[in-house]
Amino acid sequence: MAEAIQNEQEFKQIGSRPVRPDGVDKVTGRAQFGADLILPNMIHGKVLRSPHAHAKIIKIDTTQALAIPGVHAVVTGADFPSVEGGEVGGEGGGSMGDVSKNVMARDKVLYHGHAVAAVAAASPNLANDALDAIHVEYEELEPILDVVRAMASDAPLVDEHNYTNLPEKPEHPSNIANIGKLARGNVEEGFERADVIIEREYRVPMAHQGYIEPHACVASIDETGRGSVWCCTQGHFEFRNATATILGKDIADLKFIASEIGGGFGGKTVVYLEPLAVLLSEKSGRPVKMQMSREEVFRATGPSSGTVTRVKVGLQNDGTITAASAWAAFEAGAFAGAPHMPGIMSIYAPYEIENFEVEAFDVLVNKPKVAAYRAPGAPQTMHAFECALDEAALALDMDPIDLRLVNAADEGTQAPYGPKFPPIGFKACLEVAKQHPNYTAPLPDGAGRGVAAGFWFNIGMQSSAEININENGTVMVIEGSPDIGGSRASMCLMAAETLGVDYEKVRAQVGDTESTGFCNVTGGSRTTFATGMAVTQACEDVISECKQRAAMTWGLDSEQVEWEDGHAVPGPGVNADVKPLSLADLAGSAAKTGGPIQGRASVNAQGAGASFSVNFADIAVDRETGKVDVLRYTAIQDAGKAIHPSYVEGQMQGGAAQGIGWALNEEYIFDERGVLENPGFLDYRIPVASDLPMIDTHIVEVPNPSHPYGVRGVGETPIVAPLATCANAVSRSLGQRMTNLPLSPPNILAELDD
Amino acid sequence: MAKVVLPDNFAVATQGVRELETRAECYRDLVFELKNRWPELAELLEQSAVAIDGQIYQDALLEPIDVDSEVFFMARIEGG
Repeated sequence: MAEAIQNEQEFKQIGSRPVRPDGVDKVTGRAQFGADLILPNMIHGKVLRSPHAHAKIIKIDTTQALAIPGVHAVVTGADFPSVEGGEVGGEGGGSMGDVSKNVMARDKVLYHGHAVAAVAAASPNLANDALDAIHVEYEELEPILDVVRAMASDAPLVDEHNYTNLPEKPEHPSNIANIGKLARGNVEEGFERADVIIEREYRVPMAHQGYIEPHACVASIDETGRGSVWCCTQGHFEFRNATATILGKDIADLKFIASEIGGGFGGKTVVYLEPLAVLLSEKSGRPVKMQMSREEVFRATGPSSGTVTRVKVGLQNDGTITAASAWAAFEAGAFAGAPHMPGIMSIYAPYEIENFEVEAFDVLVNKPKVAAYRAPGAPQTMHAFECALDEAALALDMDPIDLRLVNAADEGTQAPYGPKFPPIGFKACLEVAKQHPNYTAPLPDGAGRGVAAGFWFNIGMQSSAEININENGTVMVIEGSPDIGGSRASMCLMAAETLGVDYEKVRAQVGDTESTGFCNVTGGSRTTFATGMAVTQACEDVISECKQRAAMTWGLDSEQVEWEDGHAVPGPGVNADVKPLSLADLAGSAAKTGGPIQGRASVNAQGAGASFSVNFADIAVDRETGKVDVLRYTAIQDAGKAIHPSYVEGQMQGGAAQGIGWALNEEYIFDERGVLENPGFLDYRIPVASDLPMIDTHIVEVPNPSHPYGVRGVGETPIVAPLATCANAVSRSLGQRMTNLPLSPPNILAELDD
Repeated sequence: MAKVVLPDNFAVATQGVRELETRAECYRDLVFELKNRWPELAELLEQSAVAIDGQIYQDALLEPIDVDSEVFFMARIEGG
């Protein structure tokens, strides 16, 4: 276990705010995103998508499409091998067989937008003509769209072969794929001791991650079946594995190169286009570019689960929670794999509760297959519990922060999902919130002030890094984690800090699948933690090598040499009249001491530290129009140690903006046949700059003792608290409890009418 | 002896046993012990993460277990 460096004064690089290495290219348009690559002889792929939410495919006739001059290839489900076994990592993952059927439908279409065929043609227009020339005969089936209705034994089945995953196979198929439960203590006895009990049902809608860059890729496969794929992805190694598995290929035959990425938030951990582009390239013998329209992104790529959550919480007059119970139904979309388990593991995580139970269901419905979205599952369930706590605070006439302080988890608290927490920063976040000038400021007339907590586990997993020391002592970091939120800057800062050189001397590059070791996806708030750990260890490898080179130069044993402030120096008590050797000195003489200086490390990083947050907001509601105005928003979060504070603040602000959008406006709207009615940013309303105030941030730093620099990971927690923060503020502004999101003008007016 | 707590979804394979004590000195040996006692548990163990004394491991093998350790099996978390 690494020993955390807890004294900020010790750092020279970490904690500073340099310009990110990719910043200039991104603001000048030079950066290459997924759709920017053009190859010689490249043709264009398009996907034909189902107009129905639920239907049998009776027949697909591609004859006329293939007869169009300039159309080079067509693929359908018949071109895909059967895929058995294999699990896709991450919440919303599921089985590889299901991922294959999501990439291309086989005998049934399961949601409006499900792919049924793909073409490659000389131009995008010709490809669209080819799609028009494909004739598909469907037999429409009744769609099932409501998650609670889908759980009934007489509901139409999305998949007649789906049986609830129980120890003994049930007699009948069901739309319920999985069930999760957690419990501790005696809930009945806990409720008997309660002075106040709050019991309500809450709904959170299916919402999209809303990344600005649509999915895009280029595949170039040669006549031997080998080739390269350029794509925007959160994890090119895992995209390679998924694509190879779906197509029955050897992963060694496919090289994946990650482009710059314009947002992912979990939604780019799943393949959609890449297997199609590879197949079309293989069939046509030409490089194939594919990119989705915004409508395709909404109709066919992973949203978050819509949920129904029922919560009951009992408290004593001093605010102590005596018992809590919850039931949650998660929409999985067309295939199993909703984030119901992290949802139930998160719901009570910030609190020490003696008696609780929670049960959640992973339920198939005829909607797009869900994918991970920042802290998958936690925003939905914690919205429900944090709203119930706010109502309890009102009932007890307590400050909502004080109520949370009474119950707050701390080091040694037994987490609801099992282990005792190591050092955590939830109480510190609450204390900062209580004293924050935005919290002590008077509430604007007519506004409500909402408070809520957030939580995410954070993860480690596998990462690799190599360090090459250039001939002049500058440093090249090669890592395999696509840079979504400024991670190259963080890697450079950790490398500079470890090696004792200036940030400007360090460069970082994201390697492709053939130039660096395996890395899991950039997700789970793991990159700065785990890849940062690999970079730090690789730098330590370089330092070890440098000490040997210096010892060789001075005629000492390597144990007699130490590394101080970027220089090799003789250790204490070593009698050697020598000048310290810098990294540049050692690199310059490397030819004499054994050749280029390199370091490398690969880790399966353990010991990720949980991150907690507290948000509060002042929100006003116009009772005549239902318009909601966020007047002030404050996000407080424990980052462990902020390597690059600006990018930590950026994650907190971005997560808050996304959470506010989910709370106030964003939702998938389907008609009664399951047709998505708002697949575009005009009708699916994410917040724009004029909708939001500046999101004020405060970084709490309670170091994670398992990381060399105390990192916890920060990317997911910020989206958890805003849903309940907004709902609580709106409820207090209106003097009426609002339980269903989004709190959009029509929904608010409907609630007020009721 | 170390305390081992099993999650709810293990209960059928373990005939309802939710807690046990172990003399295993590392995670690998604990898994051997559990598989020997309940062979049906093998797949669930592969799919689970484990927390030993508060430290969560997604892929444990030789992590030590002390006589007074607390070991919790739990669902794997990955995130987005």
